[in-house]
Amino acid sequence: MTMIKKFNCEIDCAACAEKVTDAIRKIDGVEDVSVNFLTQKFKLKAVDDRFDEILEEAIATGKRIEPDFSVER
Amino acid sequence: MSRKLKKELLVIIAALAIFFVILIAEHLIHTFSGRKWLVLILYLIPYLMVGYDVLRKAVLGIIHGQMLDESFLMTIASIGAFVTGEPEEAAAVMLFYQIGEWFQRYALGQSRQSIADLMDIAPDYANVERADGTVEEIDPEEIVIGDILVIKPGEKIPTDGTVLSGESMINTAALTGESVPRSASEGDMVISGCVNGDGLLRVRAEKAYEDSTVAQILELVENATEKKSHTENFITRFARYYTPIVVGAAVLLAVIPSLVTGEWMTWIYRACTFLVISCPCALVISVPLAFFGGIGASSKNGVLVKGSNYLELLADIHTLVSDKTGTLTKGDFSVSDILPADGVSGEEVLYAAASAEGMSTHPIAVSIRTKWEESGQTRDLAVITDTDNVSGEGLIATVGEDKIYAGNARLMRDHGIAFTEVDPGAATVIYIAKNDQYLGAVLIRDSVKEDAPQVLDELRSCGVKRLVMMTGDHKNVCDAVAAELGIDEAYGEMLPQDKLSRIEDLLASSDGCLAFIGDGMNDAPTLSRADVGIAMGGIGSDAAIEAADVVIMDDDLSRLPAVIKIARRTVGIARQNIIFALAVKAAILLLGALGLAGMWAAVFADVGVAVLCILNSMRLLLVRRTI
Repeated sequence: MTMIKKFNCEIDCAACAEKVTDAIRKIDGVEDVSVNFLTQKFKLKAVDDRFDEILEEAIATGKRIEPDFSVER
Repeated sequence: MSRKLKKELLVIIAALAIFFVILIAEHLIHTFSGRKWLVLILYLIPYLMVGYDVLRKAVLGIIHGQMLDESFLMTIASIGAFVTGEPEEAAAVMLFYQIGEWFQRYALGQSRQSIADLMDIAPDYANVERADGTVEEIDPEEIVIGDILVIKPGEKIPTDGTVLSGESMINTAALTGESVPRSASEGDMVISGCVNGDGLLRVRAEKAYEDSTVAQILELVENATEKKSHTENFITRFARYYTPIVVGAAVLLAVIPSLVTGEWMTWIYRACTFLVISCPCALVISVPLAFFGGIGASSKNGVLVKGSNYLELLADIHTLVSDKTGTLTKGDFSVSDILPADGVSGEEVLYAAASAEGMSTHPIAVSIRTKWEESGQTRDLAVITDTDNVSGEGLIATVGEDKIYAGNARLMRDHGIAFTEVDPGAATVIYIAKNDQYLGAVLIRDSVKEDAPQVLDELRSCGVKRLVMMTGDHKNVCDAVAAELGIDEAYGEMLPQDKLSRIEDLLASSDGCLAFIGDGMNDAPTLSRADVGIAMGGIGSDAAIEAADVVIMDDDLSRLPAVIKIARRTVGIARQNIIFALAVKAAILLLGALGLAGMWAAVFADVGVAVLCILNSMRLLLVRRTI
């Protein structure tokens, strides 16, 4: 089972959004992810039972690549 | 302006002030004559103030193996300027780069805000009446089907539901663009996102918030940007190659001429101008923004476009295939003529017809009864004791001892009734007979929408070359409507599967994009087979919203040319941005290589162009409601 959650996020440029998306997609358990620069929305689809854990990892990964990436929870 | 933006602005202004103080001190007062290292250190102050962030990102980029990002290139370019003995220029470039970036962020923030305003249709709360009669304010997402919602005047309807009590006028403008309010009273469906008028309504929630019309619409529009247009995909591909190519050219420019001429400093400086121009940001930001703006402007006009790609296709419609009933015609039938037989009065024909059709809910029966009521007759209709429906022919009603026949020519022939055949034109003919006596014929017509001819003209001027109409209706009706509207090709008596195969044929013979417009009923396969499927009257109809690529929320045909115009404008603005940005960049690259353009010009070609392109895209958001 997977679940999708949507968050408001802060991301500074279109290229940064691409980079963050690519990196998060590689995380184990992530089914799909989108970081939308225009709407400043972060959408994560991941396996249900480990969702929170994966979310933490995704945010940490994003921050490592783009320090300005932040997710509003 | 967000706090972050304000803080950045203050830093930029402070750095700019310091920069000018140093500049004046150096050039006008000649304070530091000869002491080059001091000048360098002084310029480092404003440079680091604004450039700290860029340098930090550049280092992070190197750590993550992403060498070719904007920050890294700006860092190299500015360090290059320091090295080649231009500290003033290095500081200036970083300053103006950051000023440009700031404007870019500010402009984007504004466009986001405008788009958010366009989309401000989501309800913020719901008032739920509990079993004990108390009213509680809750989050719309907490609504459970069956909850009783109390909607006060001026409030947004939180979810789709049925009115239990109360009476009010509902403003659907936010969803449909339609400014005339609809009335709602007991038993009516009301749709979320609409604004309640003056009355208090008690509504039973029929859907959870996430399934409600407003939530679906917001979801669609937000996801629309994920379906990329060709133009956007082109930009993404272009951006992938552009930066490495420009950087490669910069390296060659620094090395080859220097080896020949020996003037290393000159050529390294020129190469640095290349690095400043190497970011494709102007395009990467402004082109998707244009499409997003176009989608926003369309929704403001009551048209949902489900993807940037569809906007691009709408701008390029070559063939438009239209359904007839409900799309080009009003879909409400009315009696146009009564042709009584010799010696029979028109009233008698209508009386018999209305009596016979008294029990039926068929649109034709309804139109006959309406005509009877409108004719000002007070006589009660005859009481029918039995009705026999003859499939494909009509019906036979028993009134006391008499039988009334109402139906087509076949019904008359089958029962051996002598009648006068009528040439129907665009009408449907109902022959009426009492026992074996022919009374006359009633002609029923579905009238063409008043604005249809004008809309079709507009469509032609929007580049539509071929207008095709398909309908399940009789061929004679179909041909007459087509002739009235000047439609190029018309196909009548089409079953849904015929429509689909006809669409296949048309797709094969059409040069550009083929769009199908219908009312969304029984059209799902056709809607999805066409390049662009457009459904009308989408509001409240989940099936239509689901199957179509473009949804016109009400049944106003004139929104079609309106959305095509928005689409054409969007594509136009995206193209302007691409051409403008590429032309400026190419020109500055060339001038830079020749030593005619310095870093200042390069900074303009980078962030200045980006700001201008964003402003250009924002024009789409200024589109006022056109209807």
